[in-house]
Amino acid sequence: MAIEKIFKDDASEEKGERARMASFVGAIAITDLVKTTLGPKGMDKILQSTGRGHGITVTNDGATILKSLHIDNPAAKVLIDISKVQDDEVGDGTTSVVVLAGELLREAEKLVAAKIHPMTIISGYRMAAECARNALLQRVVDNKENAEKFKSDLMKIAMTTLSSKILSQDKQHFAQLTVDAVMRLKGSTNLEAIQIIKKPGGSLKDSFLDEGFILDKKIGLGQPKRIENAKILVANTAMDTDKVKIYGARVRVDSMSKVAEIEGAEKEKMREKVQKIIAHGINCFVNRQLIYNFPEELFADAGILAIEHADFDGIERLALVTGGEIASTFDNPESVKLGHCKLIEEIMIGEDKLIHFSGVEMGQACTIVLRGASHHVLDEAERSLHDALCVLSQTVNDTRVLLGGGWPEMVMAKEVDELARKTPGKKSHAIEAFSRALVAIPTIISDNAGLDSADLVAQLRAAHHEGCNAGIDVITGSVGDMAELGISESFKVKQAVLLSATEAAEMILRVDEIITCAPRQREDRM
Amino acid sequence: MALAFDEYGRPFIILKEQDQKTRLRGIEAQKANISAGKAVARILRTSLGPKGMDKILQSPDGDVTITNDGATILEQMDVDNQIAKLMVELSRSQDYEIGDGTTGVVVMAGALLEQAERLLERGIHPIRIAEGYELASRIAVEHLEHISQKFDFGTEDIEPLVQTCMTTLSSKIVNRCKRHLAEISVKAVLSVADLERKDVNLDMIKVEGKVGGKLEDTELIYGITVDKDMSHPQMPKQIEDAKIAILTCPFEPPKPKTKHKVDIDTVEKFQTLRLQEQKYFDDMVQKCKDVGATLVICQWGFDDEANHLLMHRNLPAVRWVGGVELELIAIATGGRIVPRFQELTPEKLGRAGLVRERSFGTTKDKMLYIEHCANSRAVTIFIRGGNKMMIEETKRSIHDALCVARNLIRNNSIVYGGGSTEISCSIAVEAASDKYPGVEQYAIRAFADALDSIPMALAENSGLQPIETLSAVKSQQIKENNPHYGIDCNDVGTNDMRQQDVFETLIGKQQQILLATQVVKMILKIDDVISPSHY
Repeated sequence: MAIEKIFKDDASEEKGERARMASFVGAIAITDLVKTTLGPKGMDKILQSTGRGHGITVTNDGATILKSLHIDNPAAKVLIDISKVQDDEVGDGTTSVVVLAGELLREAEKLVAAKIHPMTIISGYRMAAECARNALLQRVVDNKENAEKFKSDLMKIAMTTLSSKILSQDKQHFAQLTVDAVMRLKGSTNLEAIQIIKKPGGSLKDSFLDEGFILDKKIGLGQPKRIENAKILVANTAMDTDKVKIYGARVRVDSMSKVAEIEGAEKEKMREKVQKIIAHGINCFVNRQLIYNFPEELFADAGILAIEHADFDGIERLALVTGGEIASTFDNPESVKLGHCKLIEEIMIGEDKLIHFSGVEMGQACTIVLRGASHHVLDEAERSLHDALCVLSQTVNDTRVLLGGGWPEMVMAKEVDELARKTPGKKSHAIEAFSRALVAIPTIISDNAGLDSADLVAQLRAAHHEGCNAGIDVITGSVGDMAELGISESFKVKQAVLLSATEAAEMILRVDEIITCAPRQREDRM
Repeated sequence: MALAFDEYGRPFIILKEQDQKTRLRGIEAQKANISAGKAVARILRTSLGPKGMDKILQSPDGDVTITNDGATILEQMDVDNQIAKLMVELSRSQDYEIGDGTTGVVVMAGALLEQAERLLERGIHPIRIAEGYELASRIAVEHLEHISQKFDFGTEDIEPLVQTCMTTLSSKIVNRCKRHLAEISVKAVLSVADLERKDVNLDMIKVEGKVGGKLEDTELIYGITVDKDMSHPQMPKQIEDAKIAILTCPFEPPKPKTKHKVDIDTVEKFQTLRLQEQKYFDDMVQKCKDVGATLVICQWGFDDEANHLLMHRNLPAVRWVGGVELELIAIATGGRIVPRFQELTPEKLGRAGLVRERSFGTTKDKMLYIEHCANSRAVTIFIRGGNKMMIEETKRSIHDALCVARNLIRNNSIVYGGGSTEISCSIAVEAASDKYPGVEQYAIRAFADALDSIPMALAENSGLQPIETLSAVKSQQIKENNPHYGIDCNDVGTNDMRQQDVFETLIGKQQQILLATQVVKMILKIDDVISPSHY
């Protein structure tokens, strides 16, 4: 009697070697996909969405690429997930983490083929990861005490991060921008306070950091275009028709005159509300919701600048920047905290008019205005800036810094190699493999830059035997001193890359069976 | 077969539309069932023990789960076969009852079925086999009792508990920091345990996870975390000595359930209505304020106006808190859930030493921590990890560890792990079998062989020679009359499980044997399978 089918019709089961093969193939395929974007000479990818309009994204941000892929392979999904987490947690290194995990699996595949049990490989990898982390910890530089030096560290990190992105041409400029922006945050990681406004037109170089706050809105007609020493009330209230919120209430009238009366009453109610708002002694009113013509007119009469329909983020930021509170009721004007700023004016960027609040109380917030040739460029620039800002804000909290350009990988590889020599048993093969996977990163960086990777990496290894600051200098195509070149990376990012890549590789290695359920039947919605 | 004839020779049908049904009878049915049961057990066999492998499970929607928890694997498998479903049930009931050993129970049942197949081939009646198994399981359970040890622990001395939890965790992917997690689990269980009554309510332990950070960052919070933030961005992020009003009514004008209409036909009515509305909001906030609340936690949302009023009166609030969390908060803070503003009194407020908002990573994720609660019995285990699958698996592992700790508090008898108890039981059953006359003797002996299959699988998964290792350990146990020898999975160098500190709970093991025997008996008793072949 043959073994009965246990699963449902479309469900499938893959066992042992085949399951392992499937996960290796999936993971390595993903790695190869993003591999070419690594490093300063990494290439970009075009992503076309399947949604309406087939929108296009051009990017070399690992997380963005992977997020947009539709993947069926479970191991590949694990890799995508770690890249996403890396993005959420530290913001940068999203490509490196996937590449490292992929390389670890590639090495593991060879070991499995050489009849080494996955569990042995895992325990070797664990030892190696721990050793690599300690190696990094020994070599970190911490300039927390020295503000001047720390700032230059930040600058270097920003430049290193940006150099692999579209902004690399103007990295000096943008690095300055991001460092300034992050320094204003004074240690908080709340990136919401940094607003990025994208305006097509001009060139990337025209982008600038503004100390105040820029709201992408127009000033109502007939209202002052420029206010000095503004007192701002930030509100979230209905300024169209103020609905009666008691359930079941409705208006029922029996004659036209009554309609007019009710309308009058409504108008009166609105007028009262506006009066109350005016009584706060303000000269600028910003509302999240619509402001109808009637109240707008009233505001104009009172010489108050009324801005309607500011989006939610805008309102929150504005409240943060100006130090006011977001109000929804207006009965006690004396206790509402108003926001202040020195000057409100309408400015032009390109062809658009924007409202500029300058001289704000809280120095934390600022706005970065990005200019560029097209939307795609701007989107990518925003992603790059976001990465840089994330890394910097994390570095401000954890001030330990490492050198870049493949330096940390070589340092780790050297230590791990030494550990391998000391370890008896089969584990040492796995530890050796770990160090090979680490070396793969500088190899890929130089390959992407069109350099002779075999030669360069060998030179690097020799240089590191002495213990120095050597890394790959992609610009000249040779081995260079990373400290002199000013290429730095944040310790936190590197550590996260190392740990989550090892974790993911471990997870995939432990699998010896894949059970796929029958896909849920969907109706065709074409 | 399904056609019978009455006394006049007229045919009548017993089974309707029999052509469309497949039917298996007699020995055929039993063999088919056994092979299905074995197939399920084979899937789980490789997941057993500290060197067991994981499985990837892809759900119908394409979500990926990676686990080596037997119950989870079986639950997520798209099983269609009836017998396979029985096995799924088996592991689930072990999960509900004990929480751990879900893989072992299925492997055990599979081994019993395998042995039964051989006996069937020799022409032994299935019922006799079932009876023999029943006898054998009783012997085994008694023997377990005999070799078990009591061990003492107190709130001070948690080391034995931690050791047992570590045994459970060592077979999971989290074994990298099993010590840390085991300590967390034990502390969590002890803080909610009622040592007098020997009872633990695991509902009091909330296991929360958030991606990011490392596994080592996992922490135990003596309080509650809620995945929410303050309703107004400018409310204070930290409140000390909070008095919490827990509300299930929205901050909105009441909505009577009966249908009604308020007709507005004059200007006066319009105005009074407006005033009333304002008063509603004012009253609501005032009531909360009057009773002395410093934090409002609400199950529903509130209107922008109410939100601002709250903010204005310096009364921080949290909205859209789920029902379960609300209950936990109520338990932890010793407050009452209040369904109406009118019923709010100072006694009904909950108390917490510290309420704070914490943000994570670069995204806007925020969580609310409610700590130092009046009733510190509710705790939260907060898991961090590299990716989503990792967190999920850690949650499952922690659940297992919690269950083990709870079982130990209920019954502090332990047996030694690493397959040592199975070997010892096998020896005992084997020895007892000779005393039984009749066919059952064979079944009992088969049971002993089936017990051997667990240490065998352990050895196999650890890369040892299964037969060689097993026979060596067995002879050692008999020679030295010491039931503590097991399989040395981690290559430590000794196979005395007492030295390796590998413990399992007695009730867990007993339950495993009893449940497995029961299911196998059930499967053996089936001699006719009728199923519609096509829809």
